[in-house]
Amino acid sequence: MSITDTEGGRGSALFPFLWKTVKLLATVALTFLGLLIVTFLIGRVVPVDPVLAVVGDRASKSVYDKAFIELGLDRPLYEQFWLYLTKILTGDLGTSMLTKRDIVDDIARFFPATVELATVGILIGTLIGVPVGVWAAVRKGKLVDQVVRVLGLVGYSAPIFWLGLLGLLVFYARLQWVGGPGRIDIGFEYSITQNTGLLLIDSAMQGEWAAFRNIFGHIILPASLLGYYSMAYISRMTRSFMLNELEQEYIVTARVKGVPEWRIIWVHALRNAAVPLVTVVALSYANLLEGSVLTETVFAWPGLGQYLTNSLQNADMNAVLGCTLVIGAIFVGLNLISDLLYGLLDPRVRRRA
Amino acid sequence: MIYGRRLIGAAVTALTMLAAPVATAETPPDTLIQAWAIDDVISLDPAEIFEFTASEIAGNAYEGLIGYDPKDVSKIFGKVAENWTIAPDGMSISFKIREGRKFASGNEITAEDVVFSLTRAVKLDKSPAFILTQFGLNADNVDQMVVQTGPYSLDFKMDKAYAPTLVLYCLTATVGFVVDKKVVMEHESNGDFGYEWLKTNYAGSGPFTIREWRANEAVVMERNDNYSGDAPPMARVIYRHIPEGATQRLLLEQGDIDIARNLGAEEMTALASNTDLVIDTGAKGSIYYLGLNQKNEFLSKPEVRQAMKYLVDYQTIADTIMKGKVTVHQAFLPNGFLGALNDTPFSLDVAKAKELLAAAGVPDGFTVTMDTRNTPEITGIAQAIQQTMAEAGITMELIPGDGQQTLTKYRARNHDIYIGRWGPDYQDPHTNADTFARNPDNSDDAASKPLAWRNSWEIPEMTLKADAAVLEADADKRAEMYIELQEEHQQTSPFVIMFQEIEVLGRRKNVDGYILGPSFNDNSFALVTK
Repeated sequence: MSITDTEGGRGSALFPFLWKTVKLLATVALTFLGLLIVTFLIGRVVPVDPVLAVVGDRASKSVYDKAFIELGLDRPLYEQFWLYLTKILTGDLGTSMLTKRDIVDDIARFFPATVELATVGILIGTLIGVPVGVWAAVRKGKLVDQVVRVLGLVGYSAPIFWLGLLGLLVFYARLQWVGGPGRIDIGFEYSITQNTGLLLIDSAMQGEWAAFRNIFGHIILPASLLGYYSMAYISRMTRSFMLNELEQEYIVTARVKGVPEWRIIWVHALRNAAVPLVTVVALSYANLLEGSVLTETVFAWPGLGQYLTNSLQNADMNAVLGCTLVIGAIFVGLNLISDLLYGLLDPRVRRRA
Repeated sequence: MIYGRRLIGAAVTALTMLAAPVATAETPPDTLIQAWAIDDVISLDPAEIFEFTASEIAGNAYEGLIGYDPKDVSKIFGKVAENWTIAPDGMSISFKIREGRKFASGNEITAEDVVFSLTRAVKLDKSPAFILTQFGLNADNVDQMVVQTGPYSLDFKMDKAYAPTLVLYCLTATVGFVVDKKVVMEHESNGDFGYEWLKTNYAGSGPFTIREWRANEAVVMERNDNYSGDAPPMARVIYRHIPEGATQRLLLEQGDIDIARNLGAEEMTALASNTDLVIDTGAKGSIYYLGLNQKNEFLSKPEVRQAMKYLVDYQTIADTIMKGKVTVHQAFLPNGFLGALNDTPFSLDVAKAKELLAAAGVPDGFTVTMDTRNTPEITGIAQAIQQTMAEAGITMELIPGDGQQTLTKYRARNHDIYIGRWGPDYQDPHTNADTFARNPDNSDDAASKPLAWRNSWEIPEMTLKADAAVLEADADKRAEMYIELQEEHQQTSPFVIMFQEIEVLGRRKNVDGYILGPSFNDNSFALVTK
């Protein structure tokens, strides 16, 4: 980035911008290529015969051989990869052997379910995790701090599968506060048109409030669970960032100047702690967006995690590679966004750029 | 402390919002909702369908030429066909089609559709095609072998005089289901007989139509208003993909689903006391067995094979780990099949096994591996066997793996022992004899690779016996031949056949009329009421 400072004379703003863009694109392209090569190789090393998913266990030799050739498995590895790569460049991710649909369509169907769950989850995790972390930092060593620590520890170490079933048993089966597994009750299934695939947004935009409520009832438990997990991490990190800030001299100065304590904590200190926190939240969000296989299984949530696992177990490599690309794109995208947010939150970063 | 109180306030508000009761809807009265792991569906085209879930869907959405009574499979009757006559030389069967019946599209079902469906399945040559091609049909000759002889009649010719029941049972399989030629051919592209379209769509005549298949999510079926039989009471049948048995149980208890299909032993125990629910059972044709690879120096000894059959605690496993989801069965033909052998000569007998091991020259036992699918039930059975084997000094290491992974290894004959489950492809005894008791070519690049091949078991004489049974026209004589074959197989084969599967279904008490047949395409909800 320093190139902009040394060479960027007046009137040549275009060049550094172009240079930055090219550099960025090259990095992204290389990242994706690397991802694809590794995933492709893993797919070939996995001791699962991909033809089995296509023809099953009972197929005759002629049927098997035909499918083997159709999948291009008779060609050398580099040729298979090259064919795949050239297809991707035209926007064709191939067809899934399992769902018999274009990977692009499959991802467009399963990904929104995961996005919706992950977004509600990260909102819960952040909105609770940050204040709780701040609180724990302020009351360091006190009861509150201990309670938060224990809660965080449980959130970190309890198996999500078990917590999910327990949550269903208590909140769905016994108390009937929330809806059961799945994204929506059958009764509402056909009352809304899926435009974005994000059911909360779709139902709200179509004014179907009864459906919205039902969808909310379905999403809240798995999202809280995922939220709890990210909260555990986010609150721990907030606490340590805050402790770091609260020891700084500007806090002492502010206190001496008589700034109210709430302002010192929530405005002065948190604002500075927020900079590294953005990365923490972004990474937590990216993790949730990969799709949590176990949560999706327990809650029968038709998301990316289930799709990816099922594809992997059947060596449906087109689907696996397609999902890898999407997940790679998420990480790259969220990294970019948190870089941009750094600039907004931290004047020092802004000036350097 | 002020911010502390505020925080608590905010948290309480958030929690109250979370806790807002969400009314759980009862299932609609005209809709049957089933929870099942439906991720095995890979196609809805009858020419390609071979998986349990898709078979059941097809069984309720399509019709074959003929069918059988799921309670007594020896009663074969016409469905699309009105009647049939077998030629005196046994080389062909003439079918007469019922007139005036319609597909869901409104098109009439004619002999043209039947001929199209059968020839299409042979020409497409997908996995289940062998059920038809084993009668000497292939893409080149099928147009001469399956011939329309009138608007409502056709001839089905074969290369040999096969046992008539074999041919008829094969025609009850999903691969023989009749598709609507007009609708399918409207969607043909590049000479694919509409395959690209039909694998995710529908063109049949059964009690229900398939409206939608959303992979890993749901299958939605609707009443077929053009169905020629009694109109099904349910307007809609929905399969929801719920992979986890524990989740299915919760949904069933809440009444959010009507039927749960993947209940494990634990869930069944938990549900037994709930008076709102009923557990139904139906014997299926699937067999649980151990395959002992004859490439292994120990397992290839006849006495070792015999000893292993005495080292499984059959009854205890059936009663505890499988809790009524299997019955002990020790021959390759499942109970209910023509010529099934129901003797169970083996039970856990460590002393006897030790004698046999001593006779084999391995009195102190040996070490082998067993490839084990990582499902709770298969793992449970495997661990129980591991313990009883250890009592006779056999050290058995379990190699856990995913389904496709263990299967890949098994198909490559790289296992020592494989714990497997085999379901018959059609209702005739040949389906299992073909795989357990035939191995025409034991070489690595053999054209057909039955289970006997996978375990490297060379049996030229038994193969001939199995072949002879296929050509016996007299049903009683044929049954006798299969019983003899199984008696020999039971004692000498490298297959420790253990159990026959019982399908278990949990339903709400108000749901009535679900039929569990011997194979999945016999499971019927056409008459379900609630």
